[in-house]
Amino acid sequence: MTGWKQINWRGWLAFGLLLLSWELGARATPKLQLYFPPVSQIFAALGQALMAGPVAQHLGITLGRFFEGYLLSAALAVTLGVVLGYIGFLHSLFETVIELLRPMPSVAIIPVAILLLGIGDSMIVAVTVYATLWPILINTIDGVRHVEPTLIDTGRSFGLKRRQILWQIILPGAAPYIVTGLRIGLSIALILVTTAEMIAGSKGLGFFILDEERGMNSANMYAGIVLVALMGYLLNRLFLLLEARALRWRHGMRVRESA
Amino acid sequence: MAILDIQNLSKSYRQAGGDITVAIGNITCQVEAGEFVSFVGPSGCGKTTLLMSIAGLLAPSSGRVTINGKEVAGPPPNLVLLFQEYNKSLFAWRSVLGNVRFGLAARGDHSAAAEKKARLLIELVGLKGFEKHYPWELSGGMQQRVAIARALAYQPEVLLMDEPFGSLDALTRLELEDTLLRLWAELKTTILFITHDIEEAIYLSDRIWVLSRRPSQIIQELKIDFARPRDQLSTRAGSRFMELRNDIYRQIGSPATL
Repeated sequence: MTGWKQINWRGWLAFGLLLLSWELGARATPKLQLYFPPVSQIFAALGQALMAGPVAQHLGITLGRFFEGYLLSAALAVTLGVVLGYIGFLHSLFETVIELLRPMPSVAIIPVAILLLGIGDSMIVAVTVYATLWPILINTIDGVRHVEPTLIDTGRSFGLKRRQILWQIILPGAAPYIVTGLRIGLSIALILVTTAEMIAGSKGLGFFILDEERGMNSANMYAGIVLVALMGYLLNRLFLLLEARALRWRHGMRVRESA
Repeated sequence: MAILDIQNLSKSYRQAGGDITVAIGNITCQVEAGEFVSFVGPSGCGKTTLLMSIAGLLAPSSGRVTINGKEVAGPPPNLVLLFQEYNKSLFAWRSVLGNVRFGLAARGDHSAAAEKKARLLIELVGLKGFEKHYPWELSGGMQQRVAIARALAYQPEVLLMDEPFGSLDALTRLELEDTLLRLWAELKTTILFITHDIEEAIYLSDRIWVLSRRPSQIIQELKIDFARPRDQLSTRAGSRFMELRNDIYRQIGSPATL
């Protein structure tokens, strides 16, 4: 786990210097402050906006949509992936569809979603589900198909039924792949929620950022950006924490493999 | 009555090009309850295919296998197959204890006593103190010990072993041979063992079937009557041991005998 010793002090120092040079640069060129307000102003705006209320509400709405879309998508994709990975016939049936749809930039689906669902929560969640589905689905299928055949034969020799093999061997065996898919999906879900909110929201952080830009409140706009960045960062940390717990058995193995 | 009865077993594959390869020619043999019997043959003679067929993991092309009079169609409940590749057959996500408990759970034993039994087996294979370790933390020999404990936890009447010590270093191999003999004597399981190591087969077995190259057939049956418990030094040093070894080697060691 991350103890004090594992913190990359050098990296944080470099980040601090970056912020400092922004601050000094912005102060030195007042003309540009409309575009690049000093960092101190951005953080002041962030504090104020959070205190004042609406931003906290936007944040809550974005988080709500994110979790709804992400969790729904994860449940759907893992289930579908296990089924497609396990049943060769179904996989060969859907492989081409998946290969064709997956590379399409998911934001292209937003107009379709607006057409079908209007602008609102359900559209944003649907788009998030759609985009997040692919990395999780692909990785789950891959994971299930890559489970060591000797493991499955071992299970069969011990008299396990197909269903038991699925739960006791295939799922844990594919877990590292599934988790990788879930991690990629997390970032994609955040991108899609924010983007969809910018295009068709009247609430949420994506909307807030764009709205403040239109009102020329650049400090507020940046405050919104900092907030989404922070949200992404913390959600990723949370994910890594849960991953380390769920795949504890792999932790030392990876350290040894990379040694 | 023989516990394991193999009648006219054969297995052929259609290869990618459409050619048919006959892996197992026509094998007929019986194993008595409590026996330790080995197949010994050159590598690539279809030994694994043979064991997979006996274990009900592969359907034979013709012939039949019966265990206790019941025909094998799918993995039988009183038999388990132990693979050579311990690193591929152990559950990486389960600890040593978890892997051994799997053997008991597969038998339907989820009782509170199951953990005690598992710990006892772990002790019997010489891994006391490693219960909480994960397989990757152990050496190859130790991993195969876990696989043996897991197989025995299933309490099979017949244990099939597919070159279980084939990828271990020479010293570890000798150690594990003795561990296996000790457990076999203690638990009175029937063991059908496959190896390409002639001396290993002689050292371990009551009887040996010598297999030919592909398509494999039994070309000789040998009774090994060295006293038990056997000893890695004195048993292997006897002139009878050498004779048997040379005898088998002459039959399978050089392609000229095909």
